[in-house]
Amino acid sequence: MTSAPAGTTTTGTTGTTTAPAPVATPARRPAVRLRGVAKEFVPGAPVLDGVDLDIAPGELVCLLGASGCGKSTLLNVVAGLERATAGSVESRPAALMFQEAALFPWLTAGRNVELALRLRGVPRSERRERARELLSLVRLDGAADKRAHELSGGMRQRVALARALAQERDVLLMDEPFAALDAITRDLLHDELERIWRTTGRTVLFVTHNVREAVRLGQRVVLLSSRPGRVVREWRVADEDAERLPGQITDHLREEISRHAR
Amino acid sequence: MPADTTAPDAPPDPGTSAQGRVPRSPDLAGVEAGLDALQTQPAPARRGRAALSRLWPPVLAATVLLVVWQAVVWSGVQPLWNLPGPRQVADAVTSAAADGTLWEALSTSLERGVLGFLAAVAIGTPLGVVVARVRWVRVTFGPIVTGLQVLPSVAWVPAGIIWFGLSDATVYFVILMGAVPSIVNGIVAGVDQVPPLLRRVGQVLGAGRVAMVTEVVLPAALPGYLAGLKQGWAFSWRSLMAAEIIAVGGSIGFGLGAFLQQGRELADMSLVLTAILLILAVGIAVELLVFAPLERAVLRRRGLQAETAS
Repeated sequence: MTSAPAGTTTTGTTGTTTAPAPVATPARRPAVRLRGVAKEFVPGAPVLDGVDLDIAPGELVCLLGASGCGKSTLLNVVAGLERATAGSVESRPAALMFQEAALFPWLTAGRNVELALRLRGVPRSERRERARELLSLVRLDGAADKRAHELSGGMRQRVALARALAQERDVLLMDEPFAALDAITRDLLHDELERIWRTTGRTVLFVTHNVREAVRLGQRVVLLSSRPGRVVREWRVADEDAERLPGQITDHLREEISRHAR
Repeated sequence: MPADTTAPDAPPDPGTSAQGRVPRSPDLAGVEAGLDALQTQPAPARRGRAALSRLWPPVLAATVLLVVWQAVVWSGVQPLWNLPGPRQVADAVTSAAADGTLWEALSTSLERGVLGFLAAVAIGTPLGVVVARVRWVRVTFGPIVTGLQVLPSVAWVPAGIIWFGLSDATVYFVILMGAVPSIVNGIVAGVDQVPPLLRRVGQVLGAGRVAMVTEVVLPAALPGYLAGLKQGWAFSWRSLMAAEIIAVGGSIGFGLGAFLQQGRELADMSLVLTAILLILAVGIAVELLVFAPLERAVLRRRGLQAETAS
């Protein structure tokens, strides 16, 4: 991997780029750049069509859309798990988190994180220590020896987050990671994710179908249409009236959905 | 608000902090720790009593069977030489133990059964991984392996005798033909049941072809593999008995199958029942002492153990 170790350079959300370019580039290169991305599994039925999206390094963008708008497909394309049918995809190395924590049930929480380190080539001597640090970052200090079934849903998702962070990739793709959690836990994890995002300086692309979640977390909210998925509109959360924004986005989302009503 | 809970490196960027994004609750860690504690319950203390409560029902069932057996014998529907009672069989067991034939038969068969089973594991495991993971092998050989599992392994005894004569090779050949397909099928079933999501996680974590098999697919398939091993052992043991009953003499030693066959030739029903009970006892002992604990341990570690109602 060529990316700079994100764990040591806390770049925050503004200013310097994380790109290891010796010359200061005037406009920073986006961490993720999508141009005209299309994907069809069945010919003639595109899931994604002409998706254009730039995500700046260190940015937290929420991708919002109804079911079947290809949000997950888009994440898979960015992660390199699926190839786009058309268009160009440029992304820094990305880690991916799912709605389910998908911890390996035969390993303890600590070992799950260690496995990610091992597959990245971290020497054995450092793995344990590093895994403990990462678990401590997600506030699971005592849970290293617990197995997935001994942890609550929220704790599992935090282990999954630690595991994703262990990959040391600049970009973190999150596919509705909190959708299956109860409201109290989800609320806490929003705070938690934000804190970790700030400490690690990762670029986050967060997929959700929950408008409030998108507004709560994102610096930018990007609305995707359904069948085919395409960027319809986006909002820069800081520029908007925080009170009215969720309602406004919901209206647009509903409009998108009702287009399919015939 | 205590300053130490806010991220020290939160940038004073008006573009982002204008939303009041500084952690609102001063003690997020505390709330989270409380929630974690609420949402996880300590594992219930078990063992000891649980083991005891698992033990008595089968013991009771065996006792009932013994009583019924004795009752039938007492009713006199069959002469004692045709249907010996528990008492006569117990005598046969003690005398066979005293003259050493019991131990000889038991050790010969156990040794062969275990060796044959281990050989079947050594052959079946890599074979199973290949069948499960390589598409064309699966398409071509998969149905044949499944078919072989249906074929009773006794059917291989005549072939074995023709090829290898009355030797240990025949016995091992029959064991392998019986056990390898079960083990292969166990692995294939285990691999098929690996949740696709776990493979995707492996892919996301950057596992290559080899690491995907060793770190993700095989550990995930372990419960299915264990079930295959268990069945493989059962098939080994059965195949062995079939081979020993049919192929007697030559350089083949005296195993439980031969012991059983001898009872038949002597028309000694007590001896026949003794052999049957021994064969059964070995099967139960291996299940209870080897496979059941192994399976329990694996399932419990994964939180898959069904809580048995006591």
